[in-house]
Order: sequence, then structure tokens, then C-alpha cells
Amino acid sequence: MSKLFSAENKAAFTGPLNVNNPVAVQVLGICSALAVTSQLKPAIVMGLSVTVITAFSNVIISLLRKTIPNRIRIIVQLVVVAALVTIVSQLLKAYVYDVSVQLSVYVGLIITNCILMGRLEAFAMQNGPWPSFLDGIGNGLGYAAILVIVGFVRELFGFGTLFGYNVIPQFMYDAGYQNNGMMVMPAMSLIIVGLVIWAHRAYNKEEEK
Amino acid sequence: MEHMLSLFVRSIFVDNMIFAFFLGMCSYLAVSKNVKTALGLGIAVTFVLLVTVPVDYALQTYVLGPDALVAGVDLTFLAFILFIAVIAGMVQLVEMIVERFSPSLYASLGIFLPLIAVNCAIMGASLFMQQRVTMEPTNAQFIGGFGDAIAYALGSGIGWLLAIVGLAAIREKMAYTDVPKPLQGLGITFITVGLMALAFMCFSGLNI
Repeated sequence: MSKLFSAENKAAFTGPLNVNNPVAVQVLGICSALAVTSQLKPAIVMGLSVTVITAFSNVIISLLRKTIPNRIRIIVQLVVVAALVTIVSQLLKAYVYDVSVQLSVYVGLIITNCILMGRLEAFAMQNGPWPSFLDGIGNGLGYAAILVIVGFVRELFGFGTLFGYNVIPQFMYDAGYQNNGMMVMPAMSLIIVGLVIWAHRAYNKEEEK
Repeated sequence: MEHMLSLFVRSIFVDNMIFAFFLGMCSYLAVSKNVKTALGLGIAVTFVLLVTVPVDYALQTYVLGPDALVAGVDLTFLAFILFIAVIAGMVQLVEMIVERFSPSLYASLGIFLPLIAVNCAIMGASLFMQQRVTMEPTNAQFIGGFGDAIAYALGSGIGWLLAIVGLAAIREKMAYTDVPKPLQGLGITFITVGLMALAFMCFSGLNI
């Protein structure tokens, strides 16, 4: 049991959550991080889907890593990921149909999410299944964390709601407060991610060279 | 013909891959440090789009769509795997062609050439195409034939090319500005792209 949670494995899991965050530091998987975050609920569903897919594709590729010929490895990885994404997309359609409509093509675009390819190439091709699984979960959650932050800010200021419930009290509107329609626009998500990266770098300054 | 033209212009300005849908962001941010390389990558992406979207359109119409292959069978759920296989194959082909005919471009694009396969703009264009074939024919975004698919692919590619060359030009100038330390590099690039996207929003009412 202690071997399962050795220091290295722990680092594989916690590193991507903060210091080595896939979105803020490695700049991977930006496309979907920007597009699905106008509200909190799709952001969370997207984050969880990516976590599950990263974890399991990492495990599968890690199990196959010695048998995959080097020249065609990208195609093999893409097929594994595409199969997993197909499963997740069908599950989303079956259980949370409204969210899957909102996410539209971005579920399919998890296939081309650079976090997946990055982790498969950089980690799963060299490591065993269990560390790869932890690495996948860690990176997925690190990605989800950024999505949740951006989704929280945009939904709160753009719609005045969280998870679709009103959180800005009525007397604020009576006093002249207005929802900021800009926040709902795609352009603002870029600017918010830029600010998140700024804050993250300023906070983690001592760890950088 | 009129519809093709409108689709072409719309996909460059209104439905711009970068500014409206954030597709192809990874290589967009990574390769936009210098105008020349950005231009090379933009052309490669446009070319791959121009090949894959019509091929995927044919797959969607004759194999995947409801009742297309066998009456009563809807194979749409296989789209992800088939589309990505087409894209990966095409990128391999483009890589071989570029290596054979323009070794200098091949060397300057380096790893980003094979990575076009995982460029979301390519996959995204095919998935949007799949959505658009089911729209009403009166919709400005409707894709109803090979001509439309080609116009859409070319427009999306040129839109992406414009965006990456524009950002590369701004970043070349930005190297001389005084940006707060933690914001340097990535952070300020994001904010720049955000401002560019705001500017592109003014096209959103465009109708021809």
C-alpha cells in the first residue's frame, strides 16, 4: 500500500494541480478551456470528462507502450483517445443531455486536446499504469480547476447566477447593479485566463527560474 | 454560388476559428513568435483543412449519416474515430510532400507539422461541418454540397491564417515593451488575443 502512494507517485498527482498546472504553466488544452466556461455547470462537466479520459487513456497507452511501434504511435494514441471520447460523449448524451447540447462540438474536440497527447507522449509512454493513472487524474483535475475558476467568474458577473441559481440579491439590481454582458462574450474568457495566469505566476514566483 | 461566397466570407470574419471558437489555440500561441513561421504554419493548416473537410463531408453524407449506408442505421457515433483517422492520414501525407518539395519549410516548422493532426481547428472544422449539414437550408451557415464544404474549409483556413499572422506581428513589436514580470510571455499574449477578439466581434452582424 505504501508503495502505491510513494513520493514519486504523489508528485505525479499533485504537481499538475498547482506548480505544473497544464493550462496555466504548460499552456495545453486552451481551446476547450476558453469555450465551455461561460457557465459553471458545463465547465465542471467538461473538467470531469477530461479527467476521466486522460486517466484511462494514460492507463491504456501505458499498458500498450512496449508493443506500439514508434512510427505509428500518434495514430494509435489518437484511436485510443477517440474511442474513449466516443464512450464519454454517448454517456453525456444519455444522462446530461442539456449540458451535452451546450458543449456541442467541444466534447468531440477532447480528442485533439493537447493535454491528452502531451501526457500520453511525455508520461504514459515511459511509465507504468498506476503512476500514469495518477498523472492523468492530476492533470485532469488541474485543468478542471482552471475551468471552474473561469466559469465561476464569468457566470457570476455575466449572468449574476451560480449553477443557474440567482446569487446577486434583488436589492443590488434595484440599486442600479447590472450584469456585465461582456463576460458572456468569448473575448472575455481569453482576458480572464490571461489574468489567472498572471496571478498564478506572481504567486509561484519563487519556484520559477 | 451566392451562398458559397457568403459562407466563405462568414467563416473568415464572423465564425473565425480563433476569435469565435478558440480552435487551434495551442499551436496558435506557440508558433506566433515570428511572422514567417506563422505564415508557413497558416498555409499548412489551410491546406490540410481544404483536404480533410471535403473528405469528411463525403464520409458524413455517404457513410455516417442516417440511412446513408444501410437504411435505418445511423452511424454518426463513429464520426470521431473516422474523422481523426482521415486527419492523421492527411497530415502524414502533407508532411511527406513538404519534406520532399520544400525541405527548408519542413525544417522551420519542425515538430509543429505532425502536430497539425491534433490541431483542434482541423477536427473542429469537420465537427462543425457535421453539425451544419443538418441545419435548415435557409441558414447562413448551412453546408449542402462539396462546393459549400470547400468554401467553408478555405474560409476557416484563411481566417486562422489571418489571426496567427496578426498575432505574430503584434508579438514581434511587443518584445520591445515593458510588461510586468509575471505577466510577460503567456499572460500578455492571452490578453492581446482577447483584445483582438473584441475587435473581431464588430464583424458579428455582417451579412451578405
